Amino acid sequence: MSSISVLKDKCVGCGQCQQVCPFGAMSLVDGIATVDLNKCTYCGSCVDVCPTAAIVLKKDEAKAGIDKADYKGVWVYAEQRHGEISGVVFELLNEGKNLAKQLNVPLSCVLIGHNIKDKAADLIKRGADKVYVCQDPILAEFQDDPYSGILTQLIQKEKPEIVLMGATNIGRSFASRVAARISTGLTADCTALEIDPETRNLRQTRPAFGGNIMATILTPNHRPQMATVRHKVFKEAKIDENAKGEIIDFTADMSKILNRTKFLQFVKDETSHINIADADVIVSGGRGVGGKDGFKLITEFADLLGAAVGASRAAVDSDWIAYSHQVGQTGKTVAPKVYIACGISGQIQHLVGMSSSDVIIAINKDPSCPMMQIATYSLEGDLFEIIPQIIKEIKASRS
Amino acid sequence: MNIIVCIKQVPNTTDVKIDPETGRLKREGVESIVNPFDEYAIEEAVRFKEKYPGSTVTAISMGPPQAESALRQAISVGVDKGVLVCDRVLGGADTLATSYALSQAIKTLGAFDIIFCGKQATDGDTAQVGPAIAEALNIPHVAYVRKVESSDGKTIKVERLMEDGYDVIETNFPLLLTVVKEINTPRLPSLKGKMAAKKAQILTLTAADMKCDESRCGLKGSPTQVMKIFTPPQRQGGQKFTGGPEELAKTIVGKFKEIGII
Amino acid sequence: MEYFLTEEEQMMIETARAIAIEKMKPVREHYDEKEEFPWEIVKEFAQGDLCGVYIPEEYGGFGKGIMGLVLVVEELCKVDGAIALSLAATALGTLPILIAGNEAQKKKYLPDIASGKKLAAFGLTEAGAGSDATGMATTAIKDGDYYILNGTKCFITNGGDAETYTIFAKTNPQRGARGISCFILEKGMKGFDFGKKEKKMGIRASSTRELIFNECKVHKDQLLGKEGHGLMIAQATLDNSRPGVAAQALGIAAGALDEAVEYARKRVQFGQPIASFQSIQHMLADMATEVEAARALLYATARMIDANLNKPPREQKRTSKESAMAKLFCSETAMKVTTNAVQIFGGYGYSREYPVEKMMRDAKITTLYEGTSQIQKNEIALNLIKESAAKDK
Repeated sequence: MSSISVLKDKCVGCGQCQQVCPFGAMSLVDGIATVDLNKCTYCGSCVDVCPTAAIVLKKDEAKAGIDKADYKGVWVYAEQRHGEISGVVFELLNEGKNLAKQLNVPLSCVLIGHNIKDKAADLIKRGADKVYVCQDPILAEFQDDPYSGILTQLIQKEKPEIVLMGATNIGRSFASRVAARISTGLTADCTALEIDPETRNLRQTRPAFGGNIMATILTPNHRPQMATVRHKVFKEAKIDENAKGEIIDFTADMSKILNRTKFLQFVKDETSHINIADADVIVSGGRGVGGKDGFKLITEFADLLGAAVGASRAAVDSDWIAYSHQVGQTGKTVAPKVYIACGISGQIQHLVGMSSSDVIIAINKDPSCPMMQIATYSLEGDLFEIIPQIIKEIKASRS
Repeated sequence: MNIIVCIKQVPNTTDVKIDPETGRLKREGVESIVNPFDEYAIEEAVRFKEKYPGSTVTAISMGPPQAESALRQAISVGVDKGVLVCDRVLGGADTLATSYALSQAIKTLGAFDIIFCGKQATDGDTAQVGPAIAEALNIPHVAYVRKVESSDGKTIKVERLMEDGYDVIETNFPLLLTVVKEINTPRLPSLKGKMAAKKAQILTLTAADMKCDESRCGLKGSPTQVMKIFTPPQRQGGQKFTGGPEELAKTIVGKFKEIGII
Repeated sequence: MEYFLTEEEQMMIETARAIAIEKMKPVREHYDEKEEFPWEIVKEFAQGDLCGVYIPEEYGGFGKGIMGLVLVVEELCKVDGAIALSLAATALGTLPILIAGNEAQKKKYLPDIASGKKLAAFGLTEAGAGSDATGMATTAIKDGDYYILNGTKCFITNGGDAETYTIFAKTNPQRGARGISCFILEKGMKGFDFGKKEKKMGIRASSTRELIFNECKVHKDQLLGKEGHGLMIAQATLDNSRPGVAAQALGIAAGALDEAVEYARKRVQFGQPIASFQSIQHMLADMATEVEAARALLYATARMIDANLNKPPREQKRTSKESAMAKLFCSETAMKVTTNAVQIFGGYGYSREYPVEKMMRDAKITTLYEGTSQIQKNEIALNLIKESAAKDK
């Protein structure tokens, strides 16, 4: 079992370990650092800061019983929805290419679906050296069982060292099953990826505690290293019309593929023509919008900018707008280029869902509210007076 | 029907404050709560029980002894039994080791029909444990469920929330569902529930009780390792504008042009 | 202040607080503005098991007495004194059954009230009989196995929305105070109709209607206690129910105090929070002291009533004086504290955007119904004189 202890004769009671511990497990008792084993996760943050090396951490390590050298290549799961490649895939291809270059290995894509093979060329133009295509009528729409079965078979056959997937509802639903089946590590919702040149390990950085802390995660002994990556973190790979690549048909052993769910139908969300996770600009409304009528103004403003409409929890809970628009801890996490917060005070649960936006613009009557404090540009005043003026101004500048 | 709901105790993010000087998370006085998404899972489990009389709902949580209070809270809103999976051997578990331990606990408890989980926990935010439990138990799962359309006890039809709308999925029992906020409005604890919660016996399961393979528990069973934890740079406030609506509108439209969105 | 509440009493408070904050607070302005009956919240009271806290366990309640009722009503009224009235006025309508009902009547009516399935109302007041109940004109004339009711009650809280009514009427108009009897009526009985809904200054989420009896035939099994005992039942009811009004008043006052302290800390004038000004500090100090004194008197009274009810009937004493004192002090405190809360808020306090103006409007009723403050003083004085005279003997 892992263990952690404090060498009492070395501890000087400086309290740095207490400050740094993300889990509140360190405290000073009679001037000596003490670990609450019920809270400690053996993350080692305290060991790193201890000036006198008084904390002894013995970490168990998971052994995989595999030869890592057998695993080569960087993969991107080419998620498709209704026959269209998801935007995050092109971003993953860009970052995947960087990683593949550093590792000096090819970059491959996995495309699963039905009548989808023509999309493989697009992936090659975006940088894939190889595209594995698996087609079958039962793969027409996403279902966890067959998709996870096929990806597992393909990974077991081809042995990639890294598999990147979009941190979308699809990616996050079935990546976990795949990782569990092959008993490897999966890191969720990464926002930064980096190769350790010595070990070829992938350093996967992700936010936790709603973005209040960042953690860098390794999968040191298992392969492949799997990660889901947040949309909009990396730039899309550029299209190279002359790029060359190989398209490989993968014939899965369908006798081993489970299919315990039945896809019945898809119902499109008609209230939003722009998906907030994909949007470059989001105009978002909160309690200050005051009601359904207020959201008409927000929507008009958003339409003018080609932006998606977002909302705070307060607005959704008051039934002013559908839940699919909610940004924040119990809604969606977004990171657009521009986030315009109208009448949103900025409770921490909302901020964690949007604070990594490039530019934040806040419109609010209360200059002291948290949103106005963090905004790149904050406009103090009544949104019902300011927004109509902005709309007028934009229209004027366009005509 | 045997209904299981998996819950986690997490720090209340509302209480989490950043120390302005060190930029670190201040954990003192941070209250522990039931993971907000798990409240929807609990409510859906209790509604299932009400739909199928004679059912029992068992809440399972893995965590330190203090996590017992999360189980009691679940009982106060209608859950029948609480099971705490608690063992030092399980410490430091990543999502794979956690889902292994929880699946062992579920196997130890016997037959079940349906498992509910929240879509993710608000501390780790991974959304991985639910599907991985389903994998470990070799049952189907549907993630991001926003509505149970119908269920006859043998088959179930659910709506799965997607970025562009929702999918309608049908599957058979036993199964696992992870649920989103939209699925229901959790009830508040009742007086009877609170009294039951106070009296309830919480069953504690150790790794040995669950016949766990120790090499799959805790850090030993975790392929991922935390290399480092750090505080991201805080977002600094920017320019503040005041004045009449017209003036403000002119200024911001100027900024829109600079950023290049119009 | 520490009142050494039991764990179960704490649980009642927590349950009520969660409903008040999560369910009532977001809708309190809506119900005040629209003057609608808050059925969605009544369902929450039922789901939270709050409706039967004062009803004995054998009838589906929690058996926590008047103290239980007081704690729940106070906690709910901290957020909204009007919505909570659906529950408090039901208690008033139920008490005659608890006090004078026979086993069959209790079994028939109490479980549905305890579970929150049905609300109750109390029908004593008439246009010509407010403080003076003996002036009532409603009659119940015996006709075989039935009584025939005729007359009109007014200002009946929960009127029209409640299912179960305890109604006072003269069975023998010649006998004055001894000619009044009490009956249980059900909504929907032939000849039992509802009149106009009052438009009120405050407690607008609560319905106040006329009850109209026109040749309404009521079976003799619906008579509570004995014929002619009606006024005694009404008095005993008020002895037990006035702490409920006091709790409503206390809750409103405590809620207004919290609002005022918070506002005073945040509102900046002359470059500093107004809480730093001594004039504001002294007002807050007076308000807090009055609220705490009101609470101490009310809790002591409620505990006294419960202890008294647990004694054998022969050893029980009337608690009219203490009930009247608690109601008088709490309701007058509510009026003072809410008025001062509005004062601290300044112009904003007068605006409907802030909750204190509503608290002031809601507080006023507590000095009026179930006996005005002046009637409470009469009751207190009368008991003082009686007690003194008893010493002479």
